[in-house]
Amino acid sequence: MEMTQKTTVQDGTGDAAAPRGELPDAQAVADSSRPELGSVELELAGVNKVYQARRGRVEALRDVNLSIRRGEFVSLVGRSGCGKTTLLRILSGLLPPSSGSVTANGQSIWRGASRNDEALKQVGLVFQEANLFPWFTIAENIGLPLKLRGVDRKARAERAEELCDLVGLRGFEGAYPRELSGGMRQRAAIARALSARPSILLMDEPFGALDALTRDKMNLELQSIHAATGATVVFVTHSISEAVFLADRVVLLTPRPGRIRSVTSVSLDRPRSADTEASAEFQQIVRGLRVELDEES
Amino acid sequence: MGEREGVGRLLPWISSPILLLLFLGVWQFAVSVVGVSEFILPAPVKVGESLVGMLDDPATWAHVRVTLFEVLLGFAIALLVGTALGAVLGRMVWLERAVQPAMVAFQVVPKVALVPIFVIWFGFGMTSKIVMAVILAFFPIMLNVLLGVRSVDRGHRDVMRGLGASRWATFRDLELPSTLPYIFAGAEVGIVFAVIGAIVGEFLGGSEGLGYLVVSSLNSLDAPTLFAVIVILAVLGSLLYLAVTTAKRLVIPWHDSVAKQ
Repeated sequence: MEMTQKTTVQDGTGDAAAPRGELPDAQAVADSSRPELGSVELELAGVNKVYQARRGRVEALRDVNLSIRRGEFVSLVGRSGCGKTTLLRILSGLLPPSSGSVTANGQSIWRGASRNDEALKQVGLVFQEANLFPWFTIAENIGLPLKLRGVDRKARAERAEELCDLVGLRGFEGAYPRELSGGMRQRAAIARALSARPSILLMDEPFGALDALTRDKMNLELQSIHAATGATVVFVTHSISEAVFLADRVVLLTPRPGRIRSVTSVSLDRPRSADTEASAEFQQIVRGLRVELDEES
Repeated sequence: MGEREGVGRLLPWISSPILLLLFLGVWQFAVSVVGVSEFILPAPVKVGESLVGMLDDPATWAHVRVTLFEVLLGFAIALLVGTALGAVLGRMVWLERAVQPAMVAFQVVPKVALVPIFVIWFGFGMTSKIVMAVILAFFPIMLNVLLGVRSVDRGHRDVMRGLGASRWATFRDLELPSTLPYIFAGAEVGIVFAVIGAIVGEFLGGSEGLGYLVVSSLNSLDAPTLFAVIVILAVLGSLLYLAVTTAKRLVIPWHDSVAKQ
């Protein structure tokens, strides 16, 4: 079995870079690159986000640096208020950063406070709620990103069918969202995010509203979807075990101000299963992260 | 469970005729056993005879057409203006805030009291009735649309924004479909109010329409005709309401208000 590395990285890029020395117990060790992963796909450099709240400035994110390689699965974990959702919304083009740069394959996602739609075409989004449109059938919902790009009806229907197969919704193409269970709706939401073939999939606690059993099942399926599509995934969650189970790297964020505390490589063999979760290595990583999370509170 | 659902669906079709028969029975009982005066309450049979006689008379149908025209035109204008204004006010919070006191003031005025003014302005013809129908039907439609425009789901908006949707696409695929249930909710109330508006207008001035027929049969103390006109009005109102709910079923079959029935 592969060696599991637990690495605390100060600069948060995950690559060898000068430590910034802000965090107390950091050992600046460079993260090991996984050879099968591609070049840098998503890059955050010096990203800051400041909100002007009623009671003064709130620093939601401070100096976030992170490089994510093609095909990599990265989990963002942390307590609520640590800025993980803010970070994902910045990546998604829904919330402009106060400063810093965000690039996808070299293209800037933000030009000042306006989003670069061209760069964001490489990105698919999945939210905590499925957010399916109740007036569209499952196939129409899945085809929405293609409709907005002017793809004709027939091609959309074909793509929807293909994706229904991928996410396990075959036979539900013509159903309305209200006829589906929560887990199935979330599958449809994932299919919608994938329909325009984005190379980057951003997921904000996509299974947070599901029951534990469905959630475990969805995690397994997400793993195989990730393997099948080869997409780069950024996955926000507050569950450490979920983060470790899915990810190649787990990015731990701490609140006030939100920033990266550590980046942990998870090199457990894939495909991972229930056995993986029972393994000593898995539990060791989870325990390590939990300790870290407790330290800062 | 399937059986129970089937019975649940059939229930109104069984209960309604029974309730109608019960109603007619009590009515007949009041006339023939209790002995209520025929001038106050004519027997159902008498009303039925009068109704059949009226339906044979082309003059009745001319009155029906007049009222129907007033209601439909008034409702159509109210739907158009109410939807447009509701959409504008729903988008512009400051404008809604600016005109809200005026709107509330106009809403609390008993608008029936305005009929004489409309008669002065628009004459005894159909125009004054149409105006009344518009004014009564307009408010529920506008308020519903205003609410609908504001209630577009934030998560749904994020989806469209995340996909970089244009304004037109956002309107076509998100804002319009999510507002439609509200438009229909307003229209269901609006059509009923439009009927009221037209009838009240006819009560107070004019020489045609079912409202005029009510007043003229009252003046000639013709109770059976009076009751028969009311029956025609009830049927007309029900059919118009049915038309709106049928349109709703066809246009928004996905909505909970349709699907759960």
